[in-house]
Amino acid sequence: MNIQARLLAEPSDAFISDDIDVHHDTGSMTLLGFWIYLMSDCVLFAALFAGFAVLRNNTAGGPDAHELFSLPYVAVETACLLVSSFTYGMAMLAVERGRQSAVLAWLGVTLLLGLGFMGMELNEFGNLIHDGAGPDRSGFLSAFFTLVGTHGLHVASGMVWMLVLIAHVLRSGLTDANKTRLACLSLFWHFLDIVWIGVFTVVYLMGVA
Amino acid sequence: MFGKLTFDAIPLNEPVAMGGVAAMVFGGLAAASLITYFRLWGWLWKEWFTSVDHKKIGVMYVVLALVMLLRGFSDAIMMRTQQAMASTGGAGYLPPDHYDQVFTAHGVIMIFFMAMPFIIGLMNIVVPLQIGARDVAFPYLNNLSFWLTASGAVLINLSLALGEFARTGWLAYPPLSELQYSPGVGVDYYIWALQISGVGTLLAGVNFVTTILKMRTTGMGMMQMPVFTWTALCANMLIVAAFPILTVTLAMLALDRYLGMHFFTNEAGGNPMMYVNLIWAWGHPEVYILILPCFGIFSEVISTFSAKRLFGYKSMVYATVCITLLSFVVWLHHFFTMGSGANVNAFFGISTMIISIPTGVKIFNWLFTMYRGRVQFTTPVLWTIGFIITFTIGGMTGVLMAVPPADYVLHNSLFLIAHFHNAIIGGVVFGCMAGFTYWFPKALGFKLDERLGKVSFWCWFVGFYIAFMPLYVLGLMGMTRRLNHVDNPVWHVYLVVAMVGAFIIAIGIAAQIAQILLSIKNRVALADLTGDPWNGRTLEWAVSSPPPFYNFATEPVVTGRDAFWEMKEQGLLNEPLPAYRKIHMPKNTGTGVVVSAFITVLGFALIWHIWWLAIGGIATGILVAIIHSFNEDRDYYVPSDVVAQTEGKYFKQILARA
Amino acid sequence: MRAERTESVIRGVRLVSIDDLWSGMRRVFRCCGAVGTTVVGAALLAGCDIPVLDPKGPIGSEERSIILWSTVLMLIIVVPVIVMTLAFAWRYRASNETASFAPDWEHSTRIELVVWLVPCLIVACLGVITWNSTHKLDPYRQIASETKPIEVEVVSLDWKWLFIYPELHVASVNELAFPVGTPVHFRLTSGSVMNSFFIPQLGSQIYTMAGMESQLSLLADQPGDYTGLSANFSGDGFSDMQFKARALTADAFDAWVATVRASGQSLTPEMYKTLSQPTEQTPVSYYGDVSVNVYHDALNKCSDGSLCTDRAAQLAMAKSTLSGPLAICTPAKPEGL
Repeated sequence: MNIQARLLAEPSDAFISDDIDVHHDTGSMTLLGFWIYLMSDCVLFAALFAGFAVLRNNTAGGPDAHELFSLPYVAVETACLLVSSFTYGMAMLAVERGRQSAVLAWLGVTLLLGLGFMGMELNEFGNLIHDGAGPDRSGFLSAFFTLVGTHGLHVASGMVWMLVLIAHVLRSGLTDANKTRLACLSLFWHFLDIVWIGVFTVVYLMGVA
Repeated sequence: MFGKLTFDAIPLNEPVAMGGVAAMVFGGLAAASLITYFRLWGWLWKEWFTSVDHKKIGVMYVVLALVMLLRGFSDAIMMRTQQAMASTGGAGYLPPDHYDQVFTAHGVIMIFFMAMPFIIGLMNIVVPLQIGARDVAFPYLNNLSFWLTASGAVLINLSLALGEFARTGWLAYPPLSELQYSPGVGVDYYIWALQISGVGTLLAGVNFVTTILKMRTTGMGMMQMPVFTWTALCANMLIVAAFPILTVTLAMLALDRYLGMHFFTNEAGGNPMMYVNLIWAWGHPEVYILILPCFGIFSEVISTFSAKRLFGYKSMVYATVCITLLSFVVWLHHFFTMGSGANVNAFFGISTMIISIPTGVKIFNWLFTMYRGRVQFTTPVLWTIGFIITFTIGGMTGVLMAVPPADYVLHNSLFLIAHFHNAIIGGVVFGCMAGFTYWFPKALGFKLDERLGKVSFWCWFVGFYIAFMPLYVLGLMGMTRRLNHVDNPVWHVYLVVAMVGAFIIAIGIAAQIAQILLSIKNRVALADLTGDPWNGRTLEWAVSSPPPFYNFATEPVVTGRDAFWEMKEQGLLNEPLPAYRKIHMPKNTGTGVVVSAFITVLGFALIWHIWWLAIGGIATGILVAIIHSFNEDRDYYVPSDVVAQTEGKYFKQILARA
Repeated sequence: MRAERTESVIRGVRLVSIDDLWSGMRRVFRCCGAVGTTVVGAALLAGCDIPVLDPKGPIGSEERSIILWSTVLMLIIVVPVIVMTLAFAWRYRASNETASFAPDWEHSTRIELVVWLVPCLIVACLGVITWNSTHKLDPYRQIASETKPIEVEVVSLDWKWLFIYPELHVASVNELAFPVGTPVHFRLTSGSVMNSFFIPQLGSQIYTMAGMESQLSLLADQPGDYTGLSANFSGDGFSDMQFKARALTADAFDAWVATVRASGQSLTPEMYKTLSQPTEQTPVSYYGDVSVNVYHDALNKCSDGSLCTDRAAQLAMAKSTLSGPLAICTPAKPEGL
């Protein structure tokens, strides 16, 4: 038994070569899917924050937050990331206006700022490990490196994605598919910014207070 | 060069393990030979492995589940036999370290590689059809999810032949699962098999939530969705919310083992209690992920076979949502005995009991669906009635154990084992079997043999009680779980009875295998020519069996619940349309298979510490995925005359039948 | 078309009505069989040794009452549900055309009220029981008694149990003894992985975890030898990780203590290290003398000479409460860091 559907157009329109998927706006559907994935990522970070909260005082006789963290340094790192969110926002405005070269330029700036952030973070990690405060020193340090490191890994993945998207835009221009991808990356990048605000509050500010 | 991997990894001196390996190798070779003989590799690749069609992916998930059921169940038979034989002072036939792997593998396989794929498979086959959609929101992602799950299954099967599996129990509590107490590769197999398949599951969760929220057909608001779709939505929301916790927890354990960190170690500030909390914060929602879709299956089955509307649709929906939310505030009941203090224990005990209220409401709703209906005792209905009785008892023992002082003497005993098998077998397994039988004709075009179906039901039902009721008694007698030998002649009697029960279930499983083979042989006689073999009520029965690959030629317009039934009642039955539109469909892709293959290599390399191979595996996998993103040739249009032909063939079949 | 469909459904039903009758009868037989087995089984079990239902102490007794009462409360729902399931399925079977058929009946406010409210009430009762009993039977709570409790420190090792009597300065492996009628106050930790200390016939179990101290209080009303075990899987030797819990009369207990004192072995830190080595099917052994720090060191993970965790915590506290440059004095650097 098949369904009798009320045709959405006259029978003669059936041969019109339209390709509108009438109710399936794939762009907004992809964005919703990406939001949902981002919410799962939120839970992921929540679990890492919970782990950090439990282990923050388990210094096992080793160094604690006061001895290790330099707030001015973290402030510069934070500035890099926050400004990169702004520059990505500029890129998205350029997408709206259809200005491809502006998009690529702003993406490039965002990438540089991201590299700056990652560089500073890797430097911090390197110094800590060199000073005997690596992640294998204590539960506190394991939680620190994992929480901050996971955020860093997300940022790095975002930057790889950005490079790929730059390639996509260079290849095909600002197509619908590319605009959707840029929108998803935008969500991702701003999300990482928000998580970072959580990180520097809970880990650095509260740790040093 | 090869990390920890040497030829010693093959368990040549363990006859039981080698027996298992032989069975696996033989089975695999037999399957491969048959496929080669019938020249089906090309067909398999083109039509199945690279398919992005939710129906085919669903069938592959169910096949995986059934294959892994055999492995998980052999573990069960081995355990029951060992305990029966080794309960009067002897040592049995399974060396202790092997027994420890068997009970760990049994739990891991049954939950992650039998129940989850089965449920996800059924949701795949049915949900898009029920909502009048052509596919899920992200068909390529769907394919990738399946292959990532298969990747995890490959790794866990490999552990039998190379190395060992974890010897920690299915949740691998530290410090036992830390490097100090589990230095071998077993826990690493556990971690990576679960991480990889966990990613697949999470992606499926994202996929289905988007699908159900965005792709319902015209006229189908949320409160017109079939109940199975509602339960699928809630289960997938649970997946999205819970699986990241598992990912983090396993990652922390991996970091402890690989990089010497101290999340859960005994020294340097680790906290094993944190693992227990995190893993159960995932673990409890997990069991609701398993049971909610099964509740949906029972709702569909009992309504259809009572020829009656489901009683209390609204309260079913509210109850499902309540259960979904509450499932996040009960996790501590899995470890009342860890010493949390009375206020905390009491809170979680009460919250656990509160969850039984909406569950009870659902049971009454099913009963009142039968009330003043016309109940046909088909195999799915037998599974449903068996479920109501069995799950009620399992729920009762669960609420009993939710009272902390009762749990203090029953925790980790065979009483606990009996309880959760009562709920999982009575609920999840019976549900999967009911759904399997109910939707089999839709997926493959012919019904399953009814008589063998009933035989298998009775064997499962009777076998279950004989296998698990003695375990309740043993728990009260003070027998704890995971013992590989005891010396108690009274316990011995009960353990033998339990073993007999397990063998009766084995007969049930054999009957199911026979049922599938016989039904394939008789598929012409058992063919479902109308697409509606059960006088169904929901949209999946409105298309042929199996459905055309595009599902619906034209978008169905829905006016209420039980949409298909409404259409039948209002006489809005089929007439071929004068013309059809062309249909936009996604193309098949091999990317999912290839990426998962490299991820499997990554997993294997990480387990054996072959670092160059691990880097190669992940880099290549990511590269393939990136390259895939540049492929713009990923969809096509089905010409309208092909659509017309397909629909025409179907109508001819119906007219011929009438 | 629709009439034809209904036709074929009815035809199909008539054809299987005899089968339905038979399967219905079989179901009734099975139901009777199940009930009968339960009754017979209960009778059989009455004579059996079921420690959890036959407790020998007040904790276990209270827990047994809770189990029995909770079960009774829930049977109020469970029995009607099972009866209704079978009754409805039978009465409304398709072949029974005398039963009323209401295919569109899907709602009844009265039924909804009952099915939401009655379970709510039962859960409310159970909730009250839960709150009260959980507090009353909290493992950390001492048993009220006129007799002074006896203190026992417990360390779970691979794969044996170490019992230290701090007031009596004796220790034993795999054998726990205590006087009848005297509350026993346990302080528990683990020297390796997580275990669970459990004497089924006396009552509650409690996890033992490295670096953590859990507590438990038990009391035996009657003399006897009770089985003790670990209820949390801990590895290869887990199945043999049993101990005997001996409730002795006062004289017998004194004799036991004397035997242990006369054993000649000492529980020194070195002996503890030896005991920490994994052994399976470990026989009972006695230690007439106990070094003071053995339990403390086991709990604070410094049995191997490393920094005790309580000391480490003190140092961390001292560090964080000082302002300015660090100035902690340690034995190694008396002038500060």
